[in-house]
Amino acid sequence: MTNFNFSSKFKYANFLSLILFLISIILISFKGLNYGIDFKGGTLIELRSNNTEVSLIRDVLNNMELGDTNVKKFGKEGDFLIKVEQKNDNNKLIPEIKKNLSDNLNSDVNFRRVENVGPKVSAELLQSGVLAISLSLAAMLFYIWIRFEWQFSIGSIIALFHDVIITLGIFSLLSLEINLSIIAAVLTIVGYSMNDTVVIYDRIRENLGKFHKLDISSIANLSINETLARTIITSVTTLLALLSIFILGGEILRGFSFAMILGVLIGTYSSIFVASPILKYFKVSYKTIEKEEEKIVP
Amino acid sequence: MLNFSKINVLIIYFLFLFIAIFSFLNFQNDNDQLIKKKINLGLDLQGGSYLLLEINSDSLVKEKIQSKVIPIKKLLKDNGINYNNFKIKDKSLSLSLDNIEKFDLLFNSRKDNIVNPYIDNYRSHELEYKKIKNNQIKIFFSKFGLLTINNSALKQSIEIVRRRIDDVGTKEPTILQRGEKRILVELPGLKDPERIKALLGKTAQLNFRLVSDNNEFGTDELISENGEKLNISKRIIMSGENLIDAQPSIQSQNNEPTVSFTLDRLGAQKFGRATTDNVGKRLAIVLDGLIISAPNINEPITSGNGMISGNFTFQEATDLSLLLRSGALPTPLTVVEERTVGPDLGEDSIKSGITSLIVGFILVILFMFYKYKIFGLIANAALIANLFMLIGILTILEATLTLPGIAGIILTVGMAVDANVLIFERIREELKTEKSTIHAFDSGYSRAKITVLDANITTLIAAIILFAFGSGPVKGFAITLGIGIITTLFTAYFLARHLTSMVVLSSKNKEIKI
Repeated sequence: MTNFNFSSKFKYANFLSLILFLISIILISFKGLNYGIDFKGGTLIELRSNNTEVSLIRDVLNNMELGDTNVKKFGKEGDFLIKVEQKNDNNKLIPEIKKNLSDNLNSDVNFRRVENVGPKVSAELLQSGVLAISLSLAAMLFYIWIRFEWQFSIGSIIALFHDVIITLGIFSLLSLEINLSIIAAVLTIVGYSMNDTVVIYDRIRENLGKFHKLDISSIANLSINETLARTIITSVTTLLALLSIFILGGEILRGFSFAMILGVLIGTYSSIFVASPILKYFKVSYKTIEKEEEKIVP
Repeated sequence: MLNFSKINVLIIYFLFLFIAIFSFLNFQNDNDQLIKKKINLGLDLQGGSYLLLEINSDSLVKEKIQSKVIPIKKLLKDNGINYNNFKIKDKSLSLSLDNIEKFDLLFNSRKDNIVNPYIDNYRSHELEYKKIKNNQIKIFFSKFGLLTINNSALKQSIEIVRRRIDDVGTKEPTILQRGEKRILVELPGLKDPERIKALLGKTAQLNFRLVSDNNEFGTDELISENGEKLNISKRIIMSGENLIDAQPSIQSQNNEPTVSFTLDRLGAQKFGRATTDNVGKRLAIVLDGLIISAPNINEPITSGNGMISGNFTFQEATDLSLLLRSGALPTPLTVVEERTVGPDLGEDSIKSGITSLIVGFILVILFMFYKYKIFGLIANAALIANLFMLIGILTILEATLTLPGIAGIILTVGMAVDANVLIFERIREELKTEKSTIHAFDSGYSRAKITVLDANITTLIAAIILFAFGSGPVKGFAITLGIGIITTLFTAYFLARHLTSMVVLSSKNKEIKI
């Protein structure tokens, strides 16, 4: 077993977390999130064409006067991604763009992927995404409340908020695209981070019952050390799997796996340095868990 | 925790083999299948089109309220109620009455009310009225009246969408209702959805109307195919409903593609009468408010067969016949969401998905062996068993595997070892205090049980919520993640525990390192 003194670092870590959290909130509210077409509406076309350049494609699109368009290279040589903002449902737009590109680029064009999301659907997708994340946080709150005491429940939710907000903050900072798969990643992060927190909480609860004389900081410290090997090994295997997706899984899964990698790192950090110290602020002691036992078994 | 009765061991391995064996069904040839079960590939992996269509019943509501004008006027007249200022507004009617009480009784009568039928299911009338001022009232569709119109339009639209898509002949299309206004269409393997989108984008309301000489009341000014402005009588002689067949054909005189159609008995009668009475006049063939052609009536057509020509290409004639055969959509459809993946991107995605799965799997296995040696091998055996069971269950459910779904499998691989790591670490701790190795293993397993359950249930909650809210590919991720957790618990707590017990019990309390 390791014997690091985590509790002495709690103050600095909490300060750091608070700063990162606030910076993330500021970034998200002022710089904003870079929503993909899933949430903003619009058209996305991925095409493969060997003898063409971004500028050529851009010229063709500019001649069509489509408004806000974005063209960039995507993954392999010869692959391009076009995004067209579009505020209303226009069912003629895609065939027009395809025809113009096929006619005006002097090489074969292979349209590999076409996505079009209307404004109403994108608004609904965003709404259900936010709802799904909120609901999962609420479900976790409830589950921990049932399995542990309310102090643990609040502590774990604060840690989850911390993870989700900082992950989104980094996405905002790097202007990375938020789409449906990122929502899936965030939800998985919520599950993973919770998983990590529960393991430590479980041990804290067990140690609270064993060592009545130790204060909560020492108990937290002991519990973190006892579970540290597991925390690290599981993070490593999960990160190995995620790195494999990030590097080999192709362009479509890159954003998803990047969000997950961030989430696993932040989630592991937060279960040690956020979820555990919070119990101290709630003055958790062995009495907290004993009281609860009396309640259950009258 | 380390004692297994023979019957338990039998059940565990039987269950494992039974489920795992299904995963092999995916490798058999399509031709000689014993059991026809297979994991379906999502549209993002096999290529294809996903379309979400939305009906817009506004025009239908306008039409329906207009059709109420004559019955309401008749009702008023028959019962001696005087009215004036009868106006048709957008989706309502307004009029002034001299006896609102009497009108109320008639309008809201539940028996044999033809003007304003009572809908039993909703316990409501189709129409409602509201007093605006003095004697003036406004008549409009009730909430449930609108719902009835919408629902029947949606049902009818789904039917017609299905007919049109079947007619084009794509393989295994999925056509489903989504919510109150939408139709989901999935077309696997379709490379270019533009033709289908064009076919679904037309309501294809066909009617035959006479061309009028003057622009008197009761005519519409429509533009013909060669830009000519024509006054067309509002009276519809016959509509597309009376068509029983339509086929493309080539006219023998000038090799022009045309659409020849066959009418039902009623249509043939109507058409025969109208063409007999109006020889020498022009008959306009109107499709969705545009004139296709307006030929002269040279002689009465009583056979019930006819031909539409209009400078078509053969493809256009084929598509028009298809539209006429399938019938008219009650309202226009809009594509509100479209996702199309080409077959080569799908193949690339499968390749990169499988590659990253194999590499991720090998990395995790090597790491576990490095970390736990012999018990790492047990964890790895459990992991391999886990993978086969996961794929087996996906096969039994005939689930749809998407690219994020493959990511879910890889993630399961990474996270699945957690259960065994938790247990092994706990055993390490117990070994420090316990003298008996067997006891240490035993209490390690039983003490870690709660933690393993708690930790996995939280991820399961996330997966369930993701499944409920996610769409398409993301749902595929939720499925693999959720099932992965269940197989993980099974393999860690039954398979790996049994393997561990065999190692520990056979070592006869010698020193074991973990």
